[in-house]
Amino acid sequence: MSWVNRALKSPIGAKVMMAVTGIMLTGFLIGHLAGNLLIFAGPEAINSYAEGLRKFPALLWLARGGLLGAFIAHLAFAAQVTLANRAARPEPYAFNNTVQATWASRHMVLTGCVMLAFIVFHLAHFTWRVTDPQISAMGEFDVYQMALRGFRQPPVAMAYLLAMAAIGLHLSHGIASLFQTLGLNHPRYNRGVRFIGPVVGVGIALLFASIPLSIYLGYVN
Amino acid sequence: MKLKLHVWRQKNKSAKGAMVTYDADNISPNMSFLEMLDVVNEGLSNTGEAPIAFDHDCREGICGSCSLMVNGVAHGPQDATTTCQLHMRSFQDGEELYIEPWRAKGFPVLRDLIVDRSAFDRIIQAGGFISVNTGAAQDANAIPVRKLDADEAFNASACIGCGACVAACKNASAMLFVSAKVGQLSLLPQGQPERQERVLNMMSQMQEEGFGNCTNQYECEAVCPKQISSDYIARLNREFISATLAHPNTRK
Ligand code: HEM
Ligand code: FES
Repeated sequence: MSWVNRALKSPIGAKVMMAVTGIMLTGFLIGHLAGNLLIFAGPEAINSYAEGLRKFPALLWLARGGLLGAFIAHLAFAAQVTLANRAARPEPYAFNNTVQATWASRHMVLTGCVMLAFIVFHLAHFTWRVTDPQISAMGEFDVYQMALRGFRQPPVAMAYLLAMAAIGLHLSHGIASLFQTLGLNHPRYNRGVRFIGPVVGVGIALLFASIPLSIYLGYVN
Repeated sequence: MKLKLHVWRQKNKSAKGAMVTYDADNISPNMSFLEMLDVVNEGLSNTGEAPIAFDHDCREGICGSCSLMVNGVAHGPQDATTTCQLHMRSFQDGEELYIEPWRAKGFPVLRDLIVDRSAFDRIIQAGGFISVNTGAAQDANAIPVRKLDADEAFNASACIGCGACVAACKNASAMLFVSAKVGQLSLLPQGQPERQERVLNMMSQMQEEGFGNCTNQYECEAVCPKQISSDYIARLNREFISATLAHPNTRK
């Protein structure tokens, strides 16, 4: 399988893996978002959805395993690509300039690291429930109360909003970028693709952000 | 015009370089950027200082010899223009300019503003050609080529190999260069027999030379004097993916 090894170490192969794992992670985000938005339908809706997820433990663990694998692969290839890119220009320019690269595209590592830190915090907060004794004391499936308790605290709400900004930026470059990486490019569709990245990326971030925001502002209680 | 120049000076490949400041006086707005440097060099020669070394040849925008980062932009501020075709009227009187060599691990500085671009030659040698047994040239119309393909191949073939794409890329990647060379041949019938090994070999040579990975920021196409589009990079990705999956072991 040396050709696999060679392909994964090549610049395009590594980027293709980032694109494929990026698609998986984005797919998860969209599913997760759809579930979370049930909070606006009231406590029964979201709590029974959360309980429903646990009804198929085998499927749940399969999904978790796949997600973790995709996540680790995404990080590993991100590290490989980033290190190679830093090494490719040992001497920096005295006068640095940018013609058209977007801010989001130049800060993928920064927004990625914010997301990584957030994911650890988010799991500790709502999955392992170790950051807040009041949440630890709640019943297993009272997601609704858990969210209310969490997002009424200004620092927690702020942390979530910051993470959503990072997701919006990461995806606004990432989604447009993955089409190019996979070679899915045609003059007829290119303008649409470069437009879709920011729209879908920022859209996902705004919809996610609407949850802590509306709880913090008291629209959901 | 009068200008203040900050220029990278470096004696040889192993010497440590530094930015040195010079005043450029009596510059005509109708001079090209290289002629402006010629004037500065004449002044330096008169005072016994070593002139600033920079690459140039045709001075008409076709050979790809000239280079230079001017205020952080490859070939200076004018779109679709090589440094030799850039005129001083693009600048303001009294402006301060930072003039640096291309910066990339694959392009080591030889002296002052001159870098060694033979890495590009080695990438071409790895696959940027078609193997044809010698004989009389075939009639040009003997092999039909779709007009769209001919146009696209022609646009890619406009690449003069100057290296601006590498210099401008935040990752010092040579993907726009490789994509133009792979693109022009993969679009034409003559390029088909070696299509798969070409893309695999050229990409692995690019990596060996120490160039970075494309992260789709498109700084390259923005500075390319021949306006090669980053669409060729998507085509390169496509060629690489299909060659890897279909013929993984055709590589040398
Ligand atoms: C939920 C988590 C994440 C999602 C949905 C996601 C999504 C994506 C997508 C779709 C791409 C585009 C791939 C391409 O250009 O072909 C990408 C690229 C990238 N991601 Fe992530 N990512 C996530 C987490 C992270 C994390 C934690 C890091 C941490 C370092 C990271 C670093 C990067 C880098 C460096 C790139 C390359 C950017 C480029 O090539 O332009 N990502 N990501
Ligand atoms: S000197 Fe030939 S392209 Fe500028």
